[in-house]
Amino acid sequence: MAEHLTKSAARNIFYGGSLFFFVIFVGLVAQSVHYAIDNGGKISASAAAGKRVWERHACFDCHTLFGEGARFAPELGKVWLRYGGDKDPQGARDALKSWIRSQPTRIEGRHQMPQFNLTDQELDELVDFFIYTSTINTQNWPPQPKTAG
Amino acid sequence: MKYESQKVAKLYFIGALTLFLAQVLFGLLGGFLYVMPTGLPDFLPFSVIRMIHTNALVVWLLMGFFGCTYYLLPEETETELFSPALAKLQFWLFYIAAGAAVVGYLFGYYNGRSYLEQPLYIKVGIVVVALMFLFNCSMTLLKGRKTVISNILILGLWGIALFFLFAFYNPANVILDKMFWWWVVHLWVEGVWELVMASILAFLMIKLTGVDREVVEKWLYVIVGLALFTGILGTGHHYYWIGTPGYWQWIGSVFSALEILPFFAMVIFTFTMTYKGGRDHPNKAALLWSLGCSVIAFFGAGVWGFLHTLAPINYYTHGTQITAAHGHLAFYGAYAMVNLAMFTYAMPQLLNREPYNQVLNMWSFWIMTSGVVFMTAALTFAGVLQTHLQRVMGFTYMDAQAQLGLFYWMRLGGGVVTVTGVLLFIGSLLLPGSARKVR
Repeated sequence: MAEHLTKSAARNIFYGGSLFFFVIFVGLVAQSVHYAIDNGGKISASAAAGKRVWERHACFDCHTLFGEGARFAPELGKVWLRYGGDKDPQGARDALKSWIRSQPTRIEGRHQMPQFNLTDQELDELVDFFIYTSTINTQNWPPQPKTAG
Repeated sequence: MKYESQKVAKLYFIGALTLFLAQVLFGLLGGFLYVMPTGLPDFLPFSVIRMIHTNALVVWLLMGFFGCTYYLLPEETETELFSPALAKLQFWLFYIAAGAAVVGYLFGYYNGRSYLEQPLYIKVGIVVVALMFLFNCSMTLLKGRKTVISNILILGLWGIALFFLFAFYNPANVILDKMFWWWVVHLWVEGVWELVMASILAFLMIKLTGVDREVVEKWLYVIVGLALFTGILGTGHHYYWIGTPGYWQWIGSVFSALEILPFFAMVIFTFTMTYKGGRDHPNKAALLWSLGCSVIAFFGAGVWGFLHTLAPINYYTHGTQITAAHGHLAFYGAYAMVNLAMFTYAMPQLLNREPYNQVLNMWSFWIMTSGVVFMTAALTFAGVLQTHLQRVMGFTYMDAQAQLGLFYWMRLGGGVVTVTGVLLFIGSLLLPGSARKVR
């Protein structure tokens, strides 16, 4: 360690610098909170209830949402659009609900999703939550390759 | 061991080791489900296995940190702990809460976000435990000698408790939820936990190498400075795709790319101190774990973190097995190994068992580390392939998974080796073994 850096100088740099960066961070986060309220603030009571269903059953411990969670099952942030909910909302809603109801598939070699015995209302709330997440601007994530495999 | 109250650390270390074993066993079950998805009964779905695996990890690391603190604080402050009785009570509260949480998970008592699945009353219990701990340690620090190591350590531990409070904030707005969830998760493991890790390593370096405290403390400031200067704004690398503004792609990329620096500094630090130090300390195993810790943390947290931290790359890799690869090696190198280094250093003294069986301990080092490295390599290949199939070729998630079986088998193999290493490690510390006379 360089001789000209004294311990008290190192201490001052550490405490001062950390405080400096934390203040900048808090400022940027405050700005982002405003942005987040515009981007994701329009959440209906039903979608908010759907978020609680998502949390109550720890869906994130298999699925990802905007890439966060576990990687045992598909990403669901834009699942509403993947099911064509923007074109045929009722069809997508029914398809999502019956998919969840029909689990587990018990197909050998395929990742299994448990049966959560959700009520019809809870299923609707969960779908409303997915509609909500599909409206959020995620900077075009996830990537949408043109060539389907 | 100079101070009687250091003995409470033993309880914490043994408790941490039992949870460590639970963590890796549930890890095996999770790895098994990746290759045999219908192989376990319905009451053990992947979600429950994962939450036990991750929660047991976090709790044993924290329990280890608590134990390390109780062990080193009296020596640093040159005074007995404020209250060893409070420390024991705190242990049992924490251990029982952890046990209750795990058993509860098996019966469906969970609710929350990733890593924060604990029911509300368990979360409140964690806060009570943290307050007991901080009170005890802060009172000890106040009445004793204030060294840089003890100051940084206690600062880090206060930070852990403070940022945990964001676990209670869970708004309906999913963007805000995610933003502040990272205040617990990122500001812990890429922030204040690094303070704890660096100060434990600094303590071990003084004890094991005999290098002058003045030199070690200057290094410590530089390391923790680099950790926070890069790590705080480095939080931005979690704010790329969760509904936050686009400028985080620049801030996150620049600062998180620099997060490798404190880990590089720790490698230079531990090796320079070992090279310069004149002391021939008999506990070679503890030195091996300390050096290994800085090296594997550099690769796991530093290099494997850098691999996918730049926004244009992360756009493709985000939420794939690349993240899992990085997570495994980083947690192992930085936080498991620093605990295991301290356990290896302190347990023989706590058990009055010097000299002790170092050979078995060093074998466990190489076996466990090889297991985790192999697991990480397998997950890295799986992640690269998954990224290409899914994010470039446009395969669906399930179609991509079908191509990854070989890598998941290799990962499971790495997991078995890791568990073997963990069992050997526990054996080397707790069993009397064939004691070897060391001068």
